[in-house]
Amino acid sequence: MDKRLERILPRVQKPARYTGGEYNQIIKNKDEVELRLAFCFPDTYEIGMSNLGMKILYKTMNSLPFVWCERAFAPWGDMYEEMKKADMPLYALESGDSLDKFDALAFSIGYEMAYTTVLDMLAMAGVPLRSADRHDLLPIVFAGGSACVNGEPMAPFMDLFVIGEGEEMNNELLTLLRRAKAEGWSKKQFLREAAHIGGVYVPGLYEIDYNPDGTVKSITPTDGAPEKVQKRIVEDLDAAPYPTDPIVPSTEVVQDKVDIELFRGCVRGCRFCQAGHIYRPIRAKKPETLIRQGIETLQNTGYEDVTLLSLSTSDYRHLTALCDGLLEYCEPRSIGLALPSLRADNFSMELMERLQRVRKTGLTFAVEGGSQRLRDAINKNVTEEELLHTCAIAFAGGWNSVKLYYMLGLPTETDDDIRGIADMADQVLHCWRENAKNKNRGVRITISTSCFIPKPHSPFQWEAQISKEEYLRRVNLLRTSITARNVTYNWHDAETSVIESALSRGDRRLGDVLEAVWRAGGRLDAWSDYFSFERWENAFASCGLDLAWYASRERGLDEVLPWDMIDVGVRRAHLVRERERCYASELSPDCRKQCSACGAAKMLHGRKCDE
Amino acid sequence: MNKLRMRFSKTGRAIYISHLDLMATMQRAFSRAGNRLKYSEGFNPRPQISIALPLSVGCASVCELMDFQLLEEQVDITSLKDRLNATMPEGIEVQEIYEPTRKNAELKWLAIEGVFEYDDRSVDIMCNQLAAFFSRESIVIEKKTKRGFGEVDVRPSIREISFFARAGGAVALAATISAQNPTLNPDLLPASLRALCPEIAPDFAKFTRIEPYDAEMKVFR
Repeated sequence: MDKRLERILPRVQKPARYTGGEYNQIIKNKDEVELRLAFCFPDTYEIGMSNLGMKILYKTMNSLPFVWCERAFAPWGDMYEEMKKADMPLYALESGDSLDKFDALAFSIGYEMAYTTVLDMLAMAGVPLRSADRHDLLPIVFAGGSACVNGEPMAPFMDLFVIGEGEEMNNELLTLLRRAKAEGWSKKQFLREAAHIGGVYVPGLYEIDYNPDGTVKSITPTDGAPEKVQKRIVEDLDAAPYPTDPIVPSTEVVQDKVDIELFRGCVRGCRFCQAGHIYRPIRAKKPETLIRQGIETLQNTGYEDVTLLSLSTSDYRHLTALCDGLLEYCEPRSIGLALPSLRADNFSMELMERLQRVRKTGLTFAVEGGSQRLRDAINKNVTEEELLHTCAIAFAGGWNSVKLYYMLGLPTETDDDIRGIADMADQVLHCWRENAKNKNRGVRITISTSCFIPKPHSPFQWEAQISKEEYLRRVNLLRTSITARNVTYNWHDAETSVIESALSRGDRRLGDVLEAVWRAGGRLDAWSDYFSFERWENAFASCGLDLAWYASRERGLDEVLPWDMIDVGVRRAHLVRERERCYASELSPDCRKQCSACGAAKMLHGRKCDE
Repeated sequence: MNKLRMRFSKTGRAIYISHLDLMATMQRAFSRAGNRLKYSEGFNPRPQISIALPLSVGCASVCELMDFQLLEEQVDITSLKDRLNATMPEGIEVQEIYEPTRKNAELKWLAIEGVFEYDDRSVDIMCNQLAAFFSRESIVIEKKTKRGFGEVDVRPSIREISFFARAGGAVALAATISAQNPTLNPDLLPASLRALCPEIAPDFAKFTRIEPYDAEMKVFR
C-alpha cells in the first residue's frame, strides 16, 4: 500500500471505503491487458457501490480480456483534505495506481449535481479538465448515465458521451479504442470513428450557433457525425449479461443487498417524469431469469436481503410468480424480500402482507399533486379513493405511519391544489381513526414537498420552473393549511432545485459556470454539507450568464433545444401532445390499455414493446 | 452444532474493516461458503458470533479468535476452513477451526509487533531512548473515558517490550501487553510518548497482533 495512504487512513472516517480489496473485485495483471480503464463515480463510495448500472458495467467491461476496469469514487471531505495535504492523486481501488496512468476515464453521471465532482475527480487525477486541452489520444475521458441525455453543460470536458444502456456500446467503444491505441491513431481520428458507434455522441463534432437572445440557433454536425444520436438499448434483457457476482463491499453502503432488475421503461407516462420517458421502450425479464439470477447472486454474495428494482414494481406482469419463486428460496433462509415502488392498490397490499420480515412501520406514497385535477394534468394515475382504500387496509393491518410525497410548482398548479394536500392528510388521519387496530400507538403522517424541476425529454421539457421565492410562498401556504397535530410537514429547499433546473436544460456555455464553481471550491454539490447557492450565483454572474434565464424560463415550442441532437426514442410530437393534454387536464391511458405510439418501440426492430 | 472457534488473520487492506463491518463480512462469507450461522432469537435476530478481543481499525492481526455456532448439525471442519477461505475478502484468512476447550476470560496477554517510523531522526538514538522510556516505573497519561478524562498508568500493562533499529528510518518493536483486565490498546504506546516524551514520539506507528497467551504465558487457543 502507498506509504502516504497508510498514514492518512487512520485519520479519516470509514477508511475501508478507500482501500478496495472487497470480495468479488476484479484483479488483472496490468502487464497483460491493453487498456486500463478507471470507472469513476462522482459521488461517495457508499452511493456508487449501491448503483446497479455501475455493478453491471464493471463486470461487462471487465469481460473484455484486454481491458482492466477498476473503480474510483469521490473522497469525502476529510479524505479529500488529507489527500491534498499529502499531494496524493486520485487512485483506483483495485490496483491503488493513480488515475493519470489510465488509458480511459469513464464517468457514470446519474444526476446533474454531480457535474462539479466530475471536474474535481479529473483535477485530482491530474488530467486537464477540458477536452481541448487533452491533445493526445489517451486518456480518453467519457461519460454515460441518465444525466447525459442532456450532457451539454459537460460538453467542454468530455471527449464523448455514451447515450443509453452501456452493456454492448461500452465494449464496442473500448474495442475501437484498443485498435486506435495499437495503431497510434490521433485523438481526432478516434473520435471521428467513435461517432459512428450507435449511441456515441462526440460533442466536439457539433457546432452550436446562438441567436441574439441567447437561445440555440442551430446544431451542425461536422466530420460525418450523425445529425441525431440515437440512444442505445439492450433489446433482449433475458439474454443480456447480468453479473450475479457483484462486489460485496466490506463496509456498509446505502443499498447493501441483492438487486433484481425486473424491467426497464415504464408503462405509466407521468408527464413530469424523465425516467419514464428516457428508459423506453419497455423490456421485461422473464420471471425464470430473475429467479435464477436472484438466487445465484444471493449465493455469490451472502447478502440477506433482496430488493426488486424497476420504475413501478406493481406493473411487472409476473410479480406473483416471481415473488413465489424467490420466497421459496428466501423464506427458509431468512432472506428478506423488499418491494419498493409499489402502487397504492389492493393487490400490492396483499402482496406486502404475504412477505415475511416486512416491518410494519412505514408506507410511502408518491402522490405528487394535491388535487385530482392536477394529478390528471400530470398524468399521475392515483386517485384519492385508491389511496384511502389502501391506507384503510394498511391501518387495519397494523401499519401506523404514512408518508406522502408531493411536488410544488407543477404546471397548472393553483393555490387550491396546494390546500388539497392538507385536505388529503386530514382524510388519511380520518381513515386511521376509522380503521386502526390499535389506536394507542398513535399515527404519524408526513408530507414532504420538493420543487418541480422540468427535465429534458419529458413532456414538460418546455415548462418554466417556479422561482424559489414562489416555491417558499407555496410552502408557507401549505404549512398554514395543515392543522392536524399528527401531520408533519418537511420541505426540501428550492436552491438545489433551481441549479438542477438550470443544468438539466442547460447548453454547453454552462461549462464555464461549472468550472468557475469548481475553482471556487465546489464539489459534492449533491450534498447539502457542501452545496453553496451563493457559489453558484457568483459563478453565473462571473460568466455573464443569467441563472433565472436557464432555470425558470419557459422554452418556446419553436426553439432549438440544446439537447436536440439526442434522440431517446420518444417522438417530439408525442411530448407536445402530452403537454397539451396536461393543459386540458386530460389523462392518457397507460401503455397497456392503449399504445400511445410514442415511437420508442421502433428501437426494438420488430420485437414487441412490453412483452 | 456445538460452539466452534476460528483463528484467523486480518492483514493488508482488510485492517481497515471495522469490527462492526467485520461481523457482516463474516456472516456473508459463511453464507457464501454454504453454511449458516446460528442467529439470536427475538425481534431483530443477529448472527451469534463473538470475537474474543475486538481489533481497532488500522491494527493488523495474525491471531484473531472468533466463536460461532452453525445451524447445520454435521459440518466437516477441515473443508469449512477451505470453503471460507475461498470466499473471504482480500486480507482475511482462516488458519484453523476447532472446538474450543477454554473460555475467552482466560485470555490475559497479547504478543504484538510494531513499527515506529521516524522521518528525520536517527533510529539508533531513538531505539536507546525508547528502551529507557519504557523501563520507567510508571507511565501515567491522560485517557479519554466514558466519563470525561481519567489518568491511567500503562506501565503495568506492558509485560515486556524491546526495540530494534531497522533500515529506512524505522524502529521495530516486540512487546507483550495486557489483553484484558485491563486492555491496553497498542496505540497508547505512541500516545504516551507524545504526552510525556514528544522528542522520541514516532511520526507514524502501526501494530500487528501476533499471539494470545493466558495468565501463565501459555499460548491461548
